[in-house]
Amino acid sequence: MSETITIEVNGKTLSAQAGEMLIAVTDANEIDIPRFCYHKKLSIAANCRMCLVEVEKAPKALPACATPVMDGMKVWTRSPSALAAQQATMEFLLINHPLDCPICDQGGECELQDVSVAYGSDKSQYVEAKRIVFDKNIGPLISTDLTRCIQCTRCVRFGAEIAGMRELGMIGRGDRESIATFAGQCVTSELSGNVVDVCPVGALTMKPSRYKARAWEVIQHAAIAAHDSVGSNVYHHTFTQQVMRTVPSENDAVNECWISDRDRFSYEGLYSDERLTQPMLKKRGEWHVVTWDEALETTAKILNEANKDQTGVLASANATLEELYLLQKSMRAIGIDHIDHRVRQTDFSGQNAAPLAPSLGVSLEDLEKQDAVLLIGSNIRYEQPMANHRLRKASLQNAKIMTLNPYHIEFNYDTTEQSVSSVAEMLSNLAAIAKAAGVELTHFSNIEVDEQTQNIATYLKEADQALLLLGNLATQHPAYADLCALAQLIAEKTGATLGYLPEAANTAGAWLAGVVPHRQAAAQAVQTMGKSAQEILTDSTKTFVLLGLEAEFDTDNPQKSIQALAQADNVIAINSYVNPRLKEYATVLLPASQTVETSGTFVNMEGRLQSFKGVSKLLGDARPTWKILRVLGNLLDVDGFDYMSSEDVRNELKVKLEQTNAYQAEASPEAKPMDIASSPVSEHSFHRIGTVQMYSGDSLLRRAIALQQAAGDERRRVTLHPDDIARLDLGDEQTVSVAQGDSSVRMSLVADSAIPIHSALLPSATQKSVELGSAFGMIQITKG
Amino acid sequence: MTSILSQHEREEIDYWLARYPEDQRQSALLGALRAVMHHDKYISGEKVAAVAEYLDIPKIAVYEVASFYSMFELDKKSAARHSISVCTNVSCMLRGSDDVIAYIENKIGVKEGETTSDGKFYFKREEECLAACVGAPMMQVDHVYYENLDNEKIDKILDGLE
Ligand code: SF4
Ligand code: FES
Ligand code: FES
Repeated sequence: MSETITIEVNGKTLSAQAGEMLIAVTDANEIDIPRFCYHKKLSIAANCRMCLVEVEKAPKALPACATPVMDGMKVWTRSPSALAAQQATMEFLLINHPLDCPICDQGGECELQDVSVAYGSDKSQYVEAKRIVFDKNIGPLISTDLTRCIQCTRCVRFGAEIAGMRELGMIGRGDRESIATFAGQCVTSELSGNVVDVCPVGALTMKPSRYKARAWEVIQHAAIAAHDSVGSNVYHHTFTQQVMRTVPSENDAVNECWISDRDRFSYEGLYSDERLTQPMLKKRGEWHVVTWDEALETTAKILNEANKDQTGVLASANATLEELYLLQKSMRAIGIDHIDHRVRQTDFSGQNAAPLAPSLGVSLEDLEKQDAVLLIGSNIRYEQPMANHRLRKASLQNAKIMTLNPYHIEFNYDTTEQSVSSVAEMLSNLAAIAKAAGVELTHFSNIEVDEQTQNIATYLKEADQALLLLGNLATQHPAYADLCALAQLIAEKTGATLGYLPEAANTAGAWLAGVVPHRQAAAQAVQTMGKSAQEILTDSTKTFVLLGLEAEFDTDNPQKSIQALAQADNVIAINSYVNPRLKEYATVLLPASQTVETSGTFVNMEGRLQSFKGVSKLLGDARPTWKILRVLGNLLDVDGFDYMSSEDVRNELKVKLEQTNAYQAEASPEAKPMDIASSPVSEHSFHRIGTVQMYSGDSLLRRAIALQQAAGDERRRVTLHPDDIARLDLGDEQTVSVAQGDSSVRMSLVADSAIPIHSALLPSATQKSVELGSAFGMIQITKG
Repeated sequence: MTSILSQHEREEIDYWLARYPEDQRQSALLGALRAVMHHDKYISGEKVAAVAEYLDIPKIAVYEVASFYSMFELDKKSAARHSISVCTNVSCMLRGSDDVIAYIENKIGVKEGETTSDGKFYFKREEECLAACVGAPMMQVDHVYYENLDNEKIDKILDGLE
């Protein structure tokens, strides 16, 4: 611990930690010192000289950002010599600045503007020509106006220190310096948008919102990001009640001052042409726009008359806690037990051993204090980018980050071990780790412990703070229950914590709200065990209720799902979007809200309940989803549906949750080796790795234009190991034919040795995968 | 992984790498770029990428350094067999560097910033003092300084080159 000292600033005595930079002390005490290059989360560059202050016994003004405090130090931030230094710096910085504030997106919220008004002079001695820097195209998300750049290098340091990939750099020298990427490449970091926030001027701005509204015209609303389970705190900026842009809201416990590009740019999907804006009914095969009354009465009638055992309810885990709670409450009240949100999951055999809700097991802040972390079936970097940021910090502190995945992942930090094997072998590798950790296994008797599995076990054991995390891919793994059981045994044996990385914004909420077939809200016992998502999506279901789902994209097996929905008598879709396929299988369309248009609550990976208000106008006749469900509850004559607000709903659930505090799940069933064929049946068979690409995970994302551009072609490809390509003599093929189940598609072929032999990376939730079967099933790849 | 770096370039980089701690591979960057410059007479984007990969540092970090120093050429057009830089800073200017430039331009038939069509000379636009003011006017041809220039001397130097 460093010692506490006192310094004096502007005659005021302040206490500080020895060695702290002066600007950190003055910031903490709300004394203003102007700055451009200093950023509390970045390293010190001290290159802008804006923070000059007078320090006793120093002959010249000193930069507050690079001056460590010492006991008894006396500082003046507004003395004549400090002011003169600041004014001179400001004049220098403006020499080459274009002063095009009237057409600059940053105008009105620009650090350069603010500081120059506060500390600059209204005159300049400079009359010569100003320099011009040509703008560069660095991708669909960020606009550049590099003549405005003041060379503070915050964006460069952000890349190196936070994003963990140095994409922007300062090229050239002197007055020819310029921000650039190598060879004009686009930036690809999943956190790239943050450079816009750190840039103190308008040199880097957000491309999708460029010229859409002025900073002083927008209204700022606090909200919670709706894609991953981090629950990043954000502000939506609205203009004429439409979201114009999204920026981070600082919360050190959750997302610090950053957000992922996914959370920043997804709002664009709100204004897609595919928004559903009117209630519609299909009558004799024709769609008709109807009134809400008619639509809801028809819905109630369908549900009342339906055979309850042949009715299934599926919900998106991006729905709010309130929506999910009301959905299961009304459906269970009329006798429907088949309710689930786990639409990508295929193995439900361990569901009774699942905790109250999947959770990280530690806080996000503690994630960065771990000494060893084993990621099981997780591409955390793209699935929960802000959680990965914490792991990156841990890794920089020498934590051992290890993975068990069906392909090699490029992280933005060093990993200690990456165990890469086919989807099937992941299980035996985890068993090997268990064995190496000293777990007694009844099955897996002849499992071999190799050096890598031994190392992983040893690191977990030796670490003070060790964590096992089951990620998205684990959840979707065909032997999820066995992975969970083994992970638990390893955790017990090594003293590690076992945690989960919930898939969606409100996966934890869906569990708590009881949108699972085997537990009611707050894990209260069910009277009748319901069917899982996979059992619901079969021909035995004649009536479907879908909340916020596009089954063709959002379920494990699109082929089977579409078939099941097509044969059903009724499909009631409560959705904010509609697409041609949905129109084919649905019979009732109820236009619902997107997250930003409604009040609600998300439960993040730590179990943190974060509530928010609706910030933007609903489109057309769409209604807040929780209100649709409330009216539906009333029409179905369910008791206790007279909520006045979404808070009433949340509070009802909260009371239930408080009574369930010490929930004890059943013990895990014993882990067994997988019985799926671990070697391919023919030379053309491949184990599909059907992960969901970063920008495909939900309806809103799939329609966010700039993000879709940023996602590129990766999703439309099938990736094989170069050896497999050689073996099948596909070397010269641009495209191949991929068959799964009863249909096939043509896809472009890419070689990558990150994929194991006999495996194929073929992402889910794409226009191609819609034609195919289970995300982790077998596929056939042939020429053509 | 095959690299487009030549055997000599790799040896040169390894020589520099050996002089610095294991985890400071970036330290060999200047040596690496010098080797590439020597070999190709300019540094192509592909070589920037190859050096980055060899040193295991970001490509942009290599590009930053390559674009910072005026001794590195990034444009293929400047890759002539010999590079001529005439100092035009204060001392040299006072001692007649303008005439030196005019004479050379006339002699080799290209302007500053251009390359002769036979690929023999690149006449570099030099901006700053080369720290040989005592012998002004001066020029640098490839790695060699020539001071107290007059027309005769220039003829001798340039004609003597292959
Ligand atoms: S672009 Fe912005 S953040 Fe980057 S160096 Fe220039 S002013 Fe600083
Ligand atoms: S903020 Fe201190 S020098 Fe830039
Ligand atoms: S001015 Fe020419 S060498 Fe110094």
